[in-house]
Amino acid sequence: MAKARRNKRGPFEYAHKLSMQTVFVLATIFLYAPIVVLIIFSFNDSRRGGNVIWRGFTTDYYVKAANNASLIEAFVNSLAIAVISTIFAVILGAITAIVLWRFRFPLKPGYEGLVALPIVIPEICMGVAIAVFFSSMGLYVSPGTLWPFNLTNIIIAHITFSFPFAAMVIRTRLNNFNREMEEAAKDLGASEFQVFRDILLPHMKPGLIAGGLLAFTLSLDDFVITFFTSGPDTVTFPVKVYSMVRFSVTPEINAASTVLILITLVLTAIAMRFQSFEEEHK
Amino acid sequence: MESFRKNLSVFLAFFTPSAGWLFLFFIAPLGIIFVYSFSETISLTEVELTWTFENYGRLLEPEIQTLFWRSIWLASISTAVCLVVGYPVALVIATAPAKWKPWLLLIVILPFWTNLLIRTYALLNILGTRGRVNEGLEWLWTKADGFLTLIGLGAYDLIGEEFEPIVFLGRWSGVIIGLVYVHLPFTILPIYAALERLDRSYLEASLDLGASQWRTFRSVLLPLTMAGVITAAIITFIPMLGSFLTPALLGRGQVDMIANVIERQFKGANDWPFGAAMSLFLLYVTFIILAIQAFAAMRKQKRSERRG
Repeated sequence: MAKARRNKRGPFEYAHKLSMQTVFVLATIFLYAPIVVLIIFSFNDSRRGGNVIWRGFTTDYYVKAANNASLIEAFVNSLAIAVISTIFAVILGAITAIVLWRFRFPLKPGYEGLVALPIVIPEICMGVAIAVFFSSMGLYVSPGTLWPFNLTNIIIAHITFSFPFAAMVIRTRLNNFNREMEEAAKDLGASEFQVFRDILLPHMKPGLIAGGLLAFTLSLDDFVITFFTSGPDTVTFPVKVYSMVRFSVTPEINAASTVLILITLVLTAIAMRFQSFEEEHK
Repeated sequence: MESFRKNLSVFLAFFTPSAGWLFLFFIAPLGIIFVYSFSETISLTEVELTWTFENYGRLLEPEIQTLFWRSIWLASISTAVCLVVGYPVALVIATAPAKWKPWLLLIVILPFWTNLLIRTYALLNILGTRGRVNEGLEWLWTKADGFLTLIGLGAYDLIGEEFEPIVFLGRWSGVIIGLVYVHLPFTILPIYAALERLDRSYLEASLDLGASQWRTFRSVLLPLTMAGVITAAIITFIPMLGSFLTPALLGRGQVDMIANVIERQFKGANDWPFGAAMSLFLLYVTFIILAIQAFAAMRKQKRSERRG
């Protein structure tokens, strides 16, 4: 009997099945091949776009992208929007998470649903709504407004869609907070503010960082909502690339995209390092 | 948890900013497009609220109906493909040795962190008639042709006289490939989570009782992880239905989805009220799907409570 069992495949060993492994490998190739080709062809020495034939290695297009003033401007705009909106998103996300975690109040399930709403509604609806809102309130950003204040509309839109995500992440962290620590601190004479600053905030820190990185990536990633809220003078990197791609495919875009992919990779690596560090030091 | 009355000032200090923000920059904008959807365009820049239902009536026009059904079909087919591909992938990750799991998960999630526009652009790059994909297919064709000649069937042109590149861009196939490419991680993660929660002794029992691997999959594994599959389907389908970039870049204006036509109302046609009505329609469809899921989950819970 024991011998017969050994020849049979175990109950949960699909990972060893060749057919399953093949699907996994093919899916991985499918997910990565386009990006890898994009990165390789950012070094292709071909004047025409299209990325068809390999004509030798060059870094010309990185130089070209770096000298393309409007591309750089869009890039800087994107980074500024991401940084500013992340700061606000983390603050708003943290206080939302604290309210939902700490208090009982009337209509709480309704409020929880409302906070989750920006996560589930289609991006296009939100983009359209915020754009119409700004224009019907007369909140145009007049040309010539001082940078980065000319990005205000986009930043507001980004905070609105990213802080619920941050709140979700931070709340998960708060759920395993030991409230006895808070009580102990209060018994020892700590004020409400001291408890917040010295006990709750340090506990929340990994959540704040994870939430912040999520908000940052979401902001850098967003195209649709920015596309609707940006004026003709305020272009972000995705919006700029979109307008370039519609005319032609150039190695310059490949180069700029590669840089953005690198930034995202580095950020993800930092986030992962931080998470594993936290786990080790629990 | 404490009542908000006990510490009212702290509660208000924390509650007001985020609730205020949501009200001002989320509820108010949605309210405004709600009003717009009942308005009429009277001149190039002016819109008047007349409580007309005409904008909603226009959703029934055959052209818009075709658009809706096309969007629903594209999203449905792509979701189905995602599930068929995503399930085995999730299964491999869930059953891999523990030390591999985080890495395999990372492999699947990493592209998801890359900018959506860049990913779509990367796909656009290789799907052209002279792109990498067709180059690969041509290579395969040449090999197959050579093989046929070798075995003496070369004269019959079984696979065509010449290699014909497959057109993806501007076709349904291109948009479906794009939608699957962008949303696959959304599908894999919930299925993976369901597989991780699974009590594996059920599978052992099934196999011990003589069921085949396939039978065990069909009658035990799949039903037990169905909740995860449904969640995966929903969180894949909803963003797909509202997709803008994928059809815009890979459909080349020939395979429009709802969002592309909404965009045109605002950026080109300047028919904001109709665009608002369409956006709200998309929003309602999303809510209906979520409500059905919540309702089904509730009923299931009640049933299991009654049983337990």
